[in-house]
Amino acid sequence: MFQSIDFGLLALNSPGWGGALLAGFWRSIQLAAGGYALGIVIGILGAVAKLYGGRVSRDLAEIYTMTIRAVPELVLMLIFYYAGTDLLNRLMGLFGAGGIDVNGLAAGILVIGLVQGGYTTEVIRAAILAVPRGQIEAAHSFGMSPMRVMRRITLPAMLPHAIPGMANLWMIATKDTALLAVIGFSELTLVTKQAAAATREYFLFFIAAGLLYLILTLGSNVVLRLFERHARRGMVAPR
Amino acid sequence: MQDDPAIQIIDLHKSFGDAHVLRGVTLTARPGDVVAVIGGSGSGKSTMLRCINLLEQPSSGSIAIRGEEYRMRPGDGGLVPADPRQVQRIRAQLGMVFQNFNLWQHRTVLGNVTEVPVHVLGLPRAQAEARARAALERVGMADKADAWPAHLSGGQQQRAAIARVLAVDPLAMLLDEPTSALDPELVGEVLAVIRDLAAERRTMILVTHEMRFARDVASHVVYLRDGRIEEQGPPEQIFGDPRSPHLRQFLGNAA
Repeated sequence: MFQSIDFGLLALNSPGWGGALLAGFWRSIQLAAGGYALGIVIGILGAVAKLYGGRVSRDLAEIYTMTIRAVPELVLMLIFYYAGTDLLNRLMGLFGAGGIDVNGLAAGILVIGLVQGGYTTEVIRAAILAVPRGQIEAAHSFGMSPMRVMRRITLPAMLPHAIPGMANLWMIATKDTALLAVIGFSELTLVTKQAAAATREYFLFFIAAGLLYLILTLGSNVVLRLFERHARRGMVAPR
Repeated sequence: MQDDPAIQIIDLHKSFGDAHVLRGVTLTARPGDVVAVIGGSGSGKSTMLRCINLLEQPSSGSIAIRGEEYRMRPGDGGLVPADPRQVQRIRAQLGMVFQNFNLWQHRTVLGNVTEVPVHVLGLPRAQAEARARAALERVGMADKADAWPAHLSGGQQQRAAIARVLAVDPLAMLLDEPTSALDPELVGEVLAVIRDLAAERRTMILVTHEMRFARDVASHVVYLRDGRIEEQGPPEQIFGDPRSPHLRQFLGNAA
């Protein structure tokens, strides 16, 4: 069957689709990285709200994580994207401004970040709970302010406990970008579909896309392992 | 002020739910005092110590450090700090040594000892490091400055924890059963360090089960029972001529 496949279609320049595929791949990486970073920010805030917050912030964080984890990601993305842009336009209309064109990349990052944040909240909450209480207490006993205790002691101390879960979430983020194809983001999956449809070479292009996702995963694994080794330095290796 | 007691506790009460752990403790430590607090388990020794830097919040009573009283307000079923910044400022003048060392595992020994001087007291790093190395020298841990806490023995970790306190140059040291979590053969090295510091007349409040040690180093001994001070006085009196039958029995069992 391989005789019938024209690998020339993967060439970087037209009529090859390789360049378009790589551009889509790059966009997927940007979406994943941006969404993941946003998820970490939301996750830290969410975990702190749940562990140390007052009643209102605790309940809000609880509702947020429960919603995110209960609703399918695709549905969430559709809600955030369509309902979100709709809401934004109405708000702008209220203030007399015309409709705005939402920046595609920013919207995609926001959507992925909001979904990631729900899971990140739980990973970080559990990691903070795994830090021996005495270490946090010692920091307080020396007169550190709560913010400083968080920055200097709690967050770095919870890192080794968070990394396995956070590594998982990165892998999920890279693959969640594909869901955005449904909304029309020209990330790797959508570009692949277009290339395949145009050339009728479905097998060739989807295998190529699969390989690109695999390369991303393998590369990430190497980086994450180095990072974990750095974060766990000073800890006794489990036997 | 100079003449103010280093630590003054007046009529301190503390309840955990229905458990009335402290039932009116009044205690004064003047600068240079080494106060040893002894008593059975559940007598409230550690709770009293932890109230001094507000790791536990009293139900009622007052605590003053060098004449400055914690400003408290009612709340949460007892008292809560009215001014968190005041609490932080006073805490920075007290150094606590914990039963379980509580070194920060993600920092080296040197990192542990410089943390508070740099990030709470605001010393320049070079100065903080010089202080830290001097403190480590004092406890015999100079050669372990770059080690990770998890790679040290319990005795070494506790000595590093004492260095962490010394680097702050506190007004008073609070020691919460500093040798209770140690293997018997490691107790001696930690006691030797504390003995040195006591000989320097550093103000300390020491909760301990080591009776012989308390007798040797303390200038004043307090016997707590059921949340009250049952007897207190100089060590010769407490250990040589105890009046309370409970204390006599306690010392008999401990010996």
